[in-house]
Amino acid sequence: MTAASAIARDASAAGRANAETAAKSSSTAATRTSAADAATAATGTTTAASSSAAAAPVSLRGIGRAFASQSGDRQVLRDIDLEIAAGEIVAILGPSGCGKSTLLRIAGGLDQPTQGEALIDGEAVKPFDPRSAVGFQEPRLLPWRTIADNVALGLPRSTSRAAGREQVARLLDLVGLAEFAGHRPREVSGGMAQRTSLARALARNPAVLLLDEPFGALDALTRLKMQDLLLDVHAAEPATVLLVTHDVDEALQLADRVILLGHEPETPGAVVTQTIVVPGHRPRDRGSAELAELRARLLDGLGIDRHGSARGIETTTTIPHYPY
Amino acid sequence: MTDASHGPVITTGALVHESDAIRVAVNGATTSVAAGRGASVTPAPPAGPAGTGARRRLVDRRWFVIVGGAIIPVALLLTWQLVSTSGLVPVSMLPSPEMVWLAAVDLAQRGLLGLYVAISTQRVFIGFAIGAAFGLAVGALVGLSRLGDILLSPTLGAIRAVPSLAWVPLLILWFGIAEDSKIILIAIGAFFPVYTIVAAALRHVDPHLLEAGRAFGLRGFRLFTAVQLPAVVPSVISALRLALAQAWLFLVAAELIASSMGLGFLLVDSGNNGRIDRIFLAIILLAILGKLTDALVGLFERWAVRKWA
Ligand SMILES: Nc1ncnc2c1ncn2[C@@H]1O[C@H](COP(=O)(O)OP(=O)(O)OP(=O)(O)O)[C@@H](O)[C@H]1O
Ligand SMILES: [Mg+2]
Repeated sequence: MTAASAIARDASAAGRANAETAAKSSSTAATRTSAADAATAATGTTTAASSSAAAAPVSLRGIGRAFASQSGDRQVLRDIDLEIAAGEIVAILGPSGCGKSTLLRIAGGLDQPTQGEALIDGEAVKPFDPRSAVGFQEPRLLPWRTIADNVALGLPRSTSRAAGREQVARLLDLVGLAEFAGHRPREVSGGMAQRTSLARALARNPAVLLLDEPFGALDALTRLKMQDLLLDVHAAEPATVLLVTHDVDEALQLADRVILLGHEPETPGAVVTQTIVVPGHRPRDRGSAELAELRARLLDGLGIDRHGSARGIETTTTIPHYPY
Repeated sequence: MTDASHGPVITTGALVHESDAIRVAVNGATTSVAAGRGASVTPAPPAGPAGTGARRRLVDRRWFVIVGGAIIPVALLLTWQLVSTSGLVPVSMLPSPEMVWLAAVDLAQRGLLGLYVAISTQRVFIGFAIGAAFGLAVGALVGLSRLGDILLSPTLGAIRAVPSLAWVPLLILWFGIAEDSKIILIAIGAFFPVYTIVAAALRHVDPHLLEAGRAFGLRGFRLFTAVQLPAVVPSVISALRLALAQAWLFLVAAELIASSMGLGFLLVDSGNNGRIDRIFLAIILLAILGKLTDALVGLFERWAVRKWA
């Protein structure tokens, strides 16, 4: 089943008029095609600019992070071990404040762990590692630059002016902001700012893409579109993606593997409480029964009553081989 | 007034302008802390999008702004005329506007008016340019580099605490009563507001934006031009405005004490000769020149804010 028809199902489930649903799903389908085109084209330019970075594996080994506070150190993360294969998409789930952003920042060299080490492609992560690009939880756009110039900030240094302009235009088209290229961040909505931020991270064309709740501020429909967009870009330009999200469905739709962060009783610091390998190839059927079971399991892990019991799904505690 | 320490002097500077003219927090939260130590600089309310499309209110209309601003000066002039001609106050205390006008014409015919205005303006501009340039450079050094901050802040803070008039005897001894000593004094006056505000603004650039800039590969000079500089432009401009007001303040201080030309000299000289009409003339000229030069910076500010903020 295509993503578009899955959206249609969601929409009708939400009780929308049939006509409207049809219109929406067809427009989504259109976006998908153009997104795929654009992503392919993007590959073209980036290879031309010879800045195409092959996806790189990421290793987090025994990562711990404690923050100094008035009452001594406060352990936020503890013993995080995670091997991410090149080109894999891993989603990180967990309750608010458990350290998801912190883990992502460590992987990108924006923060240093107090224990353990982070490696990209077998080499220690450098401060502000150029091999990775970050989509921050907040858009963090430069208010004095236009949307287009903000996206251009993400371009690799070696990009020529003309190629850069083309690439920015393409990315803006991809995230549906072509008309707003000349606007300032304060003139666009929160969701648009977030899409700009995503485009800026994509412009980097990195080996490792770190996205911190990239779709958090988007409405349901745009969110689905952007998820599909991310998958298209990933298919055309397979980076290793580490994606923080609050949304269980989003994690299941996008990721090869979902990592659940949480606290164990009586010990400080969040650890990986569950690792779930998501079956099937992307794009996945948003409504499949299999995903529904996983969803219930994840919600359970997040401490939310799943109103029923999930059976027959194994949780892997060891790290499986990729591809699964 | 002139011998107040530099902290309070910033306040004086702020009062010289209409408070709404000094805009520090143009980038909203990004630079609202910019005024940091010059805490007396009131952040203007966020300049709302001046109604494109929306119906324009009276206070947004250009003619009303001009007419409204002229009401009080015109009223003052009329009152002055009435009070001085009615004999309520003797003309030896309050000359009539006409007498002041005649004094101006008289001085102009002798070629002194233009000379005094020119020499004073020149001193202000040169002193302001030197002081502001140093203020920008040192402010950038202290605001951007932790080491610069550690090394320079305490010393500059102490020098800033020296009342401005305390410099005068020393400057005269070292540089004589020629141009140098005056220009140096004015430069000192212009330096501190710029240094203080720029350093504070750079120190408080939104760390989130800095981190984003670094994450996208900017560092050093590129980071400065792409993130830090644009973030502090509004603060820099209000600093320049304060510095310009300071420069006029210090000009008069310098010219009152030792000079043979300029508006400050005109003030002392007229005071000694009992020419109250010329005192009035000098004060009015200072007001007009101060306002004009400030308006010039205001124009620059409008341009810069449109471009950067
Ligand atoms: N720079 C810092 N200094 C001190 N404590 C910090 C710092 N950064 C994060 N923390 C603490 O680390 C914990 C985890 O923060 P983090 O931002 O990683 O959470 P999160 O899982 O991303 O939450 P959310 O889902 O709400 O974004 C929080 O309790 C926070 O207080
Ligand atoms: Mg977070």
